[in-house]
Amino acid sequence: MSSDAQAIHHESFVLNVGPQHPATHGVLRIKLTMDGEYIVDAEPVIGYGHRMHEKMGENRSYAKFLPNTGRMDYVAALFNGHGYVGAVERLAGLVVPERAEYIRVITCELNRIASHLLWVGAFLVDLGGFTPLLYCFDDREHILDLIESVTGSRLTFCYFRFGGVCNDVDDNFIVGARDFVASMRSRMPMYDAFVSKNIIFRKRCEGIGILSADDCRKYGATGPVIRGSGVAYDVRKMEPYSVYSQLDFNVPVYTECDCMARYRVRIDEIVESLRIVEQALGKLPAGPVMADKVPRALKPPKGDCYFNVESARGSFGVRAFSDGSENAYRLKLRSPCFSNLSLFQECSRGMLLTDALALLGSLDLVIPDIDR
Amino acid sequence: MTEGMVMNLVRLLLYLVGMIGFAAFNAAYLTLLERKQASWMQLRRGPTEVGPWGLLQPVADGVKLMSKQLLLPRDVDVPLFLLGPIMVVVPPILCLVTIPFSETLVARNFNLGLLMIFAFGAISTFVLMLAGLASANKFSSIAAARIVAQNIAYEIPLLVIVLSLVMSTHSFNLHTIVDQQAGGFWHWNLLRLGTNPLMPVAFLIYFICLLAESNRAPFDMVEAESELVAGVFTEYSGMGFGLFFIAEYVNIVVGCCLATILFLGGWHCPFGLLPGLHWFLIKMYALCVMVVWVRWSFPRTQFYGLLNLSWKILIPLALANLLLTAVMLKLF
Amino acid sequence: MIKYFQEIIEGAYTLAVGMGITFVRMFRRRVTLDYPYRSLTMTARYRGHIELKRDEATGQPKCVVCMACQKACPSNCIKLDGQKPEGAPRKVLTSYMLDFTTCSLCGLCVESCKFDALTFSHDYNLTSMRKEDYQTMDLLRRVGGAK
Repeated sequence: MSSDAQAIHHESFVLNVGPQHPATHGVLRIKLTMDGEYIVDAEPVIGYGHRMHEKMGENRSYAKFLPNTGRMDYVAALFNGHGYVGAVERLAGLVVPERAEYIRVITCELNRIASHLLWVGAFLVDLGGFTPLLYCFDDREHILDLIESVTGSRLTFCYFRFGGVCNDVDDNFIVGARDFVASMRSRMPMYDAFVSKNIIFRKRCEGIGILSADDCRKYGATGPVIRGSGVAYDVRKMEPYSVYSQLDFNVPVYTECDCMARYRVRIDEIVESLRIVEQALGKLPAGPVMADKVPRALKPPKGDCYFNVESARGSFGVRAFSDGSENAYRLKLRSPCFSNLSLFQECSRGMLLTDALALLGSLDLVIPDIDR
Repeated sequence: MTEGMVMNLVRLLLYLVGMIGFAAFNAAYLTLLERKQASWMQLRRGPTEVGPWGLLQPVADGVKLMSKQLLLPRDVDVPLFLLGPIMVVVPPILCLVTIPFSETLVARNFNLGLLMIFAFGAISTFVLMLAGLASANKFSSIAAARIVAQNIAYEIPLLVIVLSLVMSTHSFNLHTIVDQQAGGFWHWNLLRLGTNPLMPVAFLIYFICLLAESNRAPFDMVEAESELVAGVFTEYSGMGFGLFFIAEYVNIVVGCCLATILFLGGWHCPFGLLPGLHWFLIKMYALCVMVVWVRWSFPRTQFYGLLNLSWKILIPLALANLLLTAVMLKLF
Repeated sequence: MIKYFQEIIEGAYTLAVGMGITFVRMFRRRVTLDYPYRSLTMTARYRGHIELKRDEATGQPKCVVCMACQKACPSNCIKLDGQKPEGAPRKVLTSYMLDFTTCSLCGLCVESCKFDALTFSHDYNLTSMRKEDYQTMDLLRRVGGAK
């Protein structure tokens, strides 16, 4: 250790951010070793929201685990359900009717928009601006109303089933979704003028929280975090699942690697998701929404499979091992937030406290998704 | 005791009560204004339940704060910790002494009134710093260190702007300064482009410094709740916290009063008609609404962004303004 | 030097635009619903707690005590019991207890029911000062069935 580093080490103090700190959105704790306002080391301490979801997947039947999926990443609960039913369907060799796949895509993309809107609001609160949060919630509420009319709940949806979805969408939903797409498009210029162009916001985001593409790859970051660092990795394009291969959409990528790039990726994704919803509504075929002959007590044949989906936060993967019984032998859930958070320790070194918290906000962490 | 002395004493007492009442009333109802206005901007309703349209909400808040326990954490510097909330409300209330609300309504009109306001205004930020350090809390200490830098950075442009104004008014007496602006808005200092074409810019700089000096968002480094929990107020509870809150709003009132006097013609009507207290209050509260409006429109600046704004933009502009005023006064 | 002033002016302009947006919204329609005074009607598919369905013809619950819901429940919060009276064609429900404190409102029980005997309640204003009120919700009594 050089004498300078020793001197820093000597003067540093520990600042406990969380688990009840307003910037950590939940029960994340970060042990910051600080030198004045500069961060010497940041150690995330996780596990305050650990609920043994993986173990619960092993000691109950496949169907009984469905409600759990909505309780990991509760802001974008449908994606977890999609990942889980996708894995089990692949394991059991179930074929999902096309209409059900389209409905899954439509509801998932609406959920993605809702999740990104919540993130925009929460990120602005991290930066000290409260008003955008309420505008985002205004729009998000319309999405939740729509999804509620189909799934019956507003947050912890338990909508997807093995072989389809549990409720069919009706005409009201389709009309409502079309209206929402139009109204959300008309709202985007407001967000642009109010948030994206705001000089204070830009000063707080541009060039702040640089995450290089190498760092992102090293820690397995996915989703808007890696796309903001110039890597066009999107599961929907790389390993198309469901009916994404039949839909036309772009993957927004920015190469600035800063908080602003991650913000822009998410804003662009809202626009792309609107396009996907519009196309999928247009292509929505008639037909059943559940596969025939799904056994009540599902016993997939022996084997294992991995299925990942592009959740609002990145790649959510489920690896399910079956030993031929009613319960999974092992269920591994790969949560995007866990990998995205692990970037923080290395990348926040040497940053100011203010900027580090902006970086933390820009990672879009949902703590129960990290802890599972 | 002569009758004159008694009259003086009664007058003094009345002003004392009046001033504290004015400060308390404003602190209470500016919180309501803030909550209402913020909710309107956010498409919400704000407080509606306590009293008609929520008008008794500040009373309920006050009762709640007073009924809470005053916690004294273990490691605090007890005398400083307890003195903090008291010392922070006194200076802004004292500043009200020399504010001329109308032609006749002023507690004590003296020649160095402007200077006195800045002298007392400087105290309250240092009290905040002491309170933060006395709290023995890391978040408070960081906030306290920020306050010092912020205070120095924004005192300079503020004083330079006021200095250039005083150069054209030739007086520190607030009453005189208002009197010079009589007769229509084109006589206001804000639009006295003859002495200094940069006057509107000077007003803008003054307003930004007012936000920073009274620790309002987007410059609320004292509180910075998403970074420093509650900044220097982290360890304060009950009315201890309430007094800091009151002080913040009284500071805003004093700052807005001063802006009204220095730039907006005090109690004079914009069209030269019916001067009086009402015009003063209208202008003052309009500025308060502006302060709240700014707070709920923008995110917080970074700490170094705040210093950059001051040292790289406000101070050079304020100095340019001073120079321009000097040149203009010399030439014309 | 030009860039310096350009940035100041552009920055000030964006701030003014932001203040304009919030200003306009001060006079827009509120989106708040005055909740205790007005409340939303729940959508048809709203998943509240479960409720037994009654057979309109006989006035008795439709439940045939097949225990499918009890088996389907991930949180084991359903306990039901039935007995077969002399000469009756099918079992008759004697008790149906829901532990609402552990229910996760997933709706798997309703889906598992092949006899259309369960439905979701649209009641969402559920409060009580006593834990027992929701630990043992007697659905049979709520539907007014035989005890």
